[in-house]
Amino acid sequence: MTRLRQTPHAVPSAAPRALAPSQGRRTPGSPGGRVAAAAVAVVAALTLTACGSDDPLNHPWRPGPAAQEGAAGDGAAPEVEGLTGTVAGAGSSAQEAAMQAWIAGFQSANPDVSVAYDPVGSGGGRTQFVEGGIAYAGSDAPLDEEELAAAQERCAPGAVAELPLYISPIAVMFNLEGVTSLNMSAATIAGIFAREITRWDDPRIAADNPGVALPDLGITPVNRSDESGTTENFTEYLHEAAPDVWTFDPSGNWPLTGGQSAQGTSGVVQTVQDGQGTITYADASRAGTLGTVALGVGEEWVPFSPEAAAAVVDASPRAEGRPEASLVVELDRDTTAPGAYPLVLVSYTLACTAYADAADAELVGAFLSYVASEEGQAAAAQAAGSAPISDALREQVLPVVEAISQEAM
Amino acid sequence: MTTEPTTPAAPAPAVRRASTRDRAGRIFAGLSTGAGALILIVLAAVAGFLLLEAWPALTAGAEELTSISWIPDDGSLLTYVGPLIFGTLVAAVLALLLAVPVAIGIALFISHYAPRRLSSALGYVVDLLAAIPSVVYGLWGGLVLAPLVQPVWQWLSETLGWIPLFEGPAATPARVMMTVGVVLAVMILPIITAVSREVFLQTPRLHEEAALALGATRWEMVRMAVIPFGRSGVISASMLGLGRALGETMAVLMILSPGLTYSLALLLAGRQQTIAANIALQFPEASPLGVSALIATGLALFVITLAVNMLARWVVARRADFSGAN
Repeated sequence: MTRLRQTPHAVPSAAPRALAPSQGRRTPGSPGGRVAAAAVAVVAALTLTACGSDDPLNHPWRPGPAAQEGAAGDGAAPEVEGLTGTVAGAGSSAQEAAMQAWIAGFQSANPDVSVAYDPVGSGGGRTQFVEGGIAYAGSDAPLDEEELAAAQERCAPGAVAELPLYISPIAVMFNLEGVTSLNMSAATIAGIFAREITRWDDPRIAADNPGVALPDLGITPVNRSDESGTTENFTEYLHEAAPDVWTFDPSGNWPLTGGQSAQGTSGVVQTVQDGQGTITYADASRAGTLGTVALGVGEEWVPFSPEAAAAVVDASPRAEGRPEASLVVELDRDTTAPGAYPLVLVSYTLACTAYADAADAELVGAFLSYVASEEGQAAAAQAAGSAPISDALREQVLPVVEAISQEAM
Repeated sequence: MTTEPTTPAAPAPAVRRASTRDRAGRIFAGLSTGAGALILIVLAAVAGFLLLEAWPALTAGAEELTSISWIPDDGSLLTYVGPLIFGTLVAAVLALLLAVPVAIGIALFISHYAPRRLSSALGYVVDLLAAIPSVVYGLWGGLVLAPLVQPVWQWLSETLGWIPLFEGPAATPARVMMTVGVVLAVMILPIITAVSREVFLQTPRLHEEAALALGATRWEMVRMAVIPFGRSGVISASMLGLGRALGETMAVLMILSPGLTYSLALLLAGRQQTIAANIALQFPEASPLGVSALIATGLALFVITLAVNMLARWVVARRADFSGAN
């Protein structure tokens, strides 16, 4: 059950705290943690009223166990407003670290709420969402036509919302002694990973890097050995920005056989660190001491940065023919927009604009507005190294998220 | 072997307590029969599970299967599992070739050469090796061993590169089958050593003394009395090790740059992959049909392991007839 509650704090704090366990408190937490949590809850209450409805008829001001507990943990707060309930999601494992940060941030602000996320993979998340098993999902790819139709049915009478809330720059990183940055066009990168450019002192690399001492050394490209969204986005970038050189179709599975490869982001990064002349693509937050590539975009060289990654999402057009709440971006991989870094992974959060259960609607709405908020995006950036979404994108996302709360009322 | 009481010291109490003993005996017999049956049930359950879960992939059409990104374009499960079976066998056989000679050496040293105090300490250390979890071996192999052996593999490919096995240039970093073989060999060393040591220690004292009395040196005694006696034991020990090498997952997953080819090149990256490591690698992002296809490869591994064990039994049984053991 979900209610926004506000109660005058009139109860002596010791008694309710002793009672708390028998009152069916849902969220586990130590009494010590509760003090801090309740303090944050006051701040969160303001945020929540901003995005939810504040119609007093639908939010009876009455005392409840949750409010008493909140008050019990915090002797100073005069009154506490809070959400209760459970909401479950599943999907993309790329979002896992960010999602954990969001859940932690949201739950510490709302101690009686329990949000779950099962990183089963994008495909599994989409299936479960369409089947109605979970309230929200994370997916590295937007829904395809078939899934979209099924999802619209599941969300009726509302619509399905696809929100690009997780933007993660992918860096091309290499291990060359004494070289920390190189300029490469998409065609050069494609040539290296297609194994056409095999030596570091190849004229095609040297031409873009005047003044850099390139060693006479073989290039060892390292790819992911497991199926992954990073590979899919990387091959999509090569396919669109350098179609002449990269003749393979975009795929989550590396299209070439042979050569060095490793499991997971840690695996490829470790492999690159272990060998001289190696190069790979991985989540930018993991670059560490490795050299990184500045991509050729238009006439300039753009190194990866959170702002540049967010910029390409802003510069890309919305996908057409989708429901209004579906903010799918067609990433413009061969963009020439100044300062945009086109090699990014955009992962979507799937939700409905209306839920059969009002409690679900309110919780999902509140949770997603936290995710889209500046604090939420900053928490993800810190925990997962993602790029915070731009204010322009936030302005598009927030009305959709707020609509979730209102429609259920 | 007999289960009846054989102590001749106190016959009278034994008779008096015969009925209670009998009941205990029956309970024990029931328990051990149950345990024996349990293993058969578990085995049957595993086989049933594999078949049942693999069924959707086994019966799926080529078009359905090609929707899985890592299934080859012809959509055949057979062309997918073929290189995997090949890679699994290459890894296991390589590990066995590296481990067995060393294990026999250690076992003989412990049983016949080392001073008593040293031999028990050494046996203890070897047994400790078996207690290290395979993920630790994987980490060690990937982080420490691979960079360490790279120059060795380099040298090997330069001097013996004309043999297809050592075709160069050796990959940097050394995430290759040769490194995997070395790590797997270390992992199966303890089990082979421990079993071989026990078998060598059971060589009849009379055989050894007879050999020495005929003027044999210690090496000749070992060659003529100990090794023939222990041969079947060493073979079954090797098969135990082979079983472990066939199914080893983590170490392979963490060390090898996988590839699906029928290449014997041990020093090149991205040539082979084992079934177990492949399942662990692809499972997290696999679709339901993909999971089913992976379990079908698991079924293949199950069959291979079964075949290897039966082969080992057969070899041991054949040898047992004239080795004088058992």
